[in-house]
Formats: sequence, structure tokens, C-alpha cells
Amino acid sequence: MNHFLTIEGLTRDDLGSLLDDADEFVEVLHRPIPKVPALRGKTVATMFFEASTRTKMSFEKAAKALSADTMSFSPGTSSLSKGESLKDTVLTIKAMGTDAMVVRHTATGAPWRIAEWIEQPVLNGGDGAHQHPTQALLDALTIRQHFGTLDDLKIGIVGDIRHSRVARSDIQAFSTLGADVTMVAPRTLLPVVPEVFDAAVSEDLDDVLSDLDVVYVLRVQAERGGASVFPSLPEYTARYGVTKERFSRLKPDAIVLHPGPMNRGVEIEGAVADDPRALILDQVFNGVAVRMAVLFRLLGGEHAE
Amino acid sequence: MARVMDGGDVDRAIRRIAHEVLERNRGSDDVVLLGIQTRGVPLAQRLAAALEEIEGEPVAWGSLDIGMYRDDLDRRPKRPLGATDVPVSLDGKTVVLVDDVLYTGRTIRAALDALADLGRPNRVQLAALVDRGHRELPIRPDYVGKNVPTSRDERVTVSLVERDGEDGVIIETRDPA
Repeated sequence: MNHFLTIEGLTRDDLGSLLDDADEFVEVLHRPIPKVPALRGKTVATMFFEASTRTKMSFEKAAKALSADTMSFSPGTSSLSKGESLKDTVLTIKAMGTDAMVVRHTATGAPWRIAEWIEQPVLNGGDGAHQHPTQALLDALTIRQHFGTLDDLKIGIVGDIRHSRVARSDIQAFSTLGADVTMVAPRTLLPVVPEVFDAAVSEDLDDVLSDLDVVYVLRVQAERGGASVFPSLPEYTARYGVTKERFSRLKPDAIVLHPGPMNRGVEIEGAVADDPRALILDQVFNGVAVRMAVLFRLLGGEHAE
Repeated sequence: MARVMDGGDVDRAIRRIAHEVLERNRGSDDVVLLGIQTRGVPLAQRLAAALEEIEGEPVAWGSLDIGMYRDDLDRRPKRPLGATDVPVSLDGKTVVLVDDVLYTGRTIRAALDALADLGRPNRVQLAALVDRGHRELPIRPDYVGKNVPTSRDERVTVSLVERDGEDGVIIETRDPA
């Protein structure tokens, strides 16, 4: 593995071994001193060309818990606003000395393009509506911690799947790990060609609710045009919102996940988000562990002193 | 290929080390055994069983993976991380690190770093089933199953029932071809 760009093409064993390593980093993060020297002397640059709080901070925390140094880049305050090209920005940061770049970009494929320009590993922190592979790993880890396995679990991904890179990566990861995935959304928010996904389709949440082991609630993404494809937010909530009433119809051991940031009262009711069976903060915690696993896999074996 | 220990030798070595641990520490109170992944772990478990058999009291044992602490990650084949499982607080305890083969000492150096992150034992001791020499660091074992003089181009392989189906230690010459 030279880069970590996509879930596509990873085997069940590839995913399983990354999750196994992540389990060990969960143990590290629970220690009184949650830090190991594995990447001492390495530098990880986080380059988020699109806004992010949790993913950027999570990667930085992961790098630091492995004793790597971090450099970060924010487009608002950089020379990009003076007209510098993406390639020049990347080569400049490379010249400063970095051992890996974590990239988020609004353009699909940007991390692949950057991986052609530099020999250091590139990690995809989310590109357009395409892939968000570390999110899929942290979601899979959270589900595996709860159920022990993903095999034969029924997972419903509810909401704006069409504009969601999380959904794309999650569907690939969950189905590769043996789960049965159903995409639940109004037709306007389903993928244009749902058949290319390894998942069933439903337009009626109430129809599938009682079968699900995992309800994966996606955010309504106004910034990607989501709000213009259904009549109103209250109507969306009425048909697809995970309300307290819908939550009460789930299996007693079913769990609720959400990648954040949440719109409370829209796709998820506040009381559901705060229920112990909503593992949303576990997802955040696990995000650090899976990013440690990926950084360790990519950097742990090279140029070590 | 030379067999330097068979199953009986391994058993006797573990039992002798158990007696030495008890003698040195005046019993097994406050002793915690930590096996270094991978073959140190079943050895630690067996040593714990031997101690319990003699003293009649269970002895805490766990596992330590030093994959995150090695200083030579680039020179070794990558292997998946093993479990680090420390069953009790190490503060104030006597930790006995358990490994199958003691060689350069770099694994033990890494294990000591890992220990420092996990707690503050009163003392740390080292038990190895085989000491094959060629230390590169100022590290010495407290308990040795067997001293086996080797040359650097020989390979020492420890087999344990739990992982390999049988107990034994063999020496081979590396890459005879």
C-alpha cells in the first residue's frame, strides 16, 4: 500500500487487518500516556482545501499520537488566494519536507492527481462526492466493536446518498466485510445509477426500519445542493428523519451512527442523537485510531532511523 | 540443522525459571509476567501456570507488542500489530518480561520503552527461553532457559505447541544456497 485513496479494490483481509491494527491503537489511546514513538521524526502535512473540523483535527491527533510532527494548510490564508496553482502549492509543501500528505478537496480525484506529483504517500481525507475512506474504516470499526463482526448485519444508509462520499466509501467497506446494505432515500437523493452499488434500494424508511441492525444517518448537505431536491426540510424529516418514534421501532440492540456534523431536528432528532445506542462519539474516538492505523501502515516501514 | 532443546527441555527450563523467579523475588506477590509478542506470550502463560502450581496463588500475566516501539521498522518485514494486554496496574510491581530468544537486545529496549508508557513498575526483570548472544545494547537477562552460542549467520527457531504444534528449539544456517 503506497497511498490510501479509496476503499474500492481493498479486500476483506486488507480491511480486516487495518481494523485489527486500529484495535491496538484504541488500546494505546486508552493508556494514561496515549502516545507511542512509532513515527518519530516523520512529518505529516494536512492539506484541507475544503472546510473540515473533525477530519483534520482527527488526522492531526492521530499523527501526534504516533509522535509524528504535523504541518497544516488552510486555503483561506494561503497563497492559493493569491492565485498559486494546486501543483505549485503541493510541490512547495513537499520541498519543506513532509513524509505524507492528507488531502481533502472539493474536486473528485484531486488526491490521485497529487499522488502523481509526489512520491510520498497521499491519504484521501475526502474528495468531492467520491470517497472518504478513513470515514468508512472508522464506521466499520465502530460497528465491529459493537457486534463483533459485520457479517450478515443489515445496515441501512439513510439520506443524501447521491451527494455523499461517506456513503460511497461505506457501502464498499460494509459490503466487502459481509454486511447487507440498503440505501434509503427519496429518489432524488439516491445515486443516479443505483445498480452500480453493492446495495439494495428503498424509498421508504418505515418499511425497512424494523429489519435494521445499524441505521446510518447521513447529513442533509445543503452545500452540495441537497436542500433543493426535496420540497422542504420538515417534509424530509417527516419521511426520513430518525425521530424518537422511529427509534422506538428499531430492534432493541440496533445502533445509530452519523458521520457528523449533525443537523439536530432534521435528519436525526436530538433525543436519538443523545441515546446510548447512538454511537456518534465512539465514531469520533475511533476515527483517531483508524487514522493511526493507516499512517502507521503507510509510514511505519519506510525511512525509519 | 541442530535441535538444541526438545519438548522436555522446554518444560524443565520453564519450571526452573519459575523457581528462580520465586527465589529472587521471595514469592510471587507483586510479580506480573508480560510476554513479548508473539512467542513470549505462550511462554509467559506457561510460566504463570508453573508459578501458580508451586505457590498455589494465581500470578498476573499479559502480553506486550512492541511493533510501535521498534527503531528498525524499515529493516524488518512488516507484520500486523499484536495485542498489548496488561491485566493489572504495573505501578509498584515486579514485571518479568518474557521472550523466546534474546539476541541483539533491541526488542527488549523497545519493550522497556513500551513499559514506561504503561506504568511505573518497581523493577523489571527479563526471562528468555534461549540466549544466543551477540548483544548490541547493555541488556542482560535475569533468567535463561538455555545459553546457546551461535554465529550471526545462524538462525534460532523456537517452536511452541500453542503456535507451532510442538515444543523445541533448532539452529539452522541461514541461506545455505
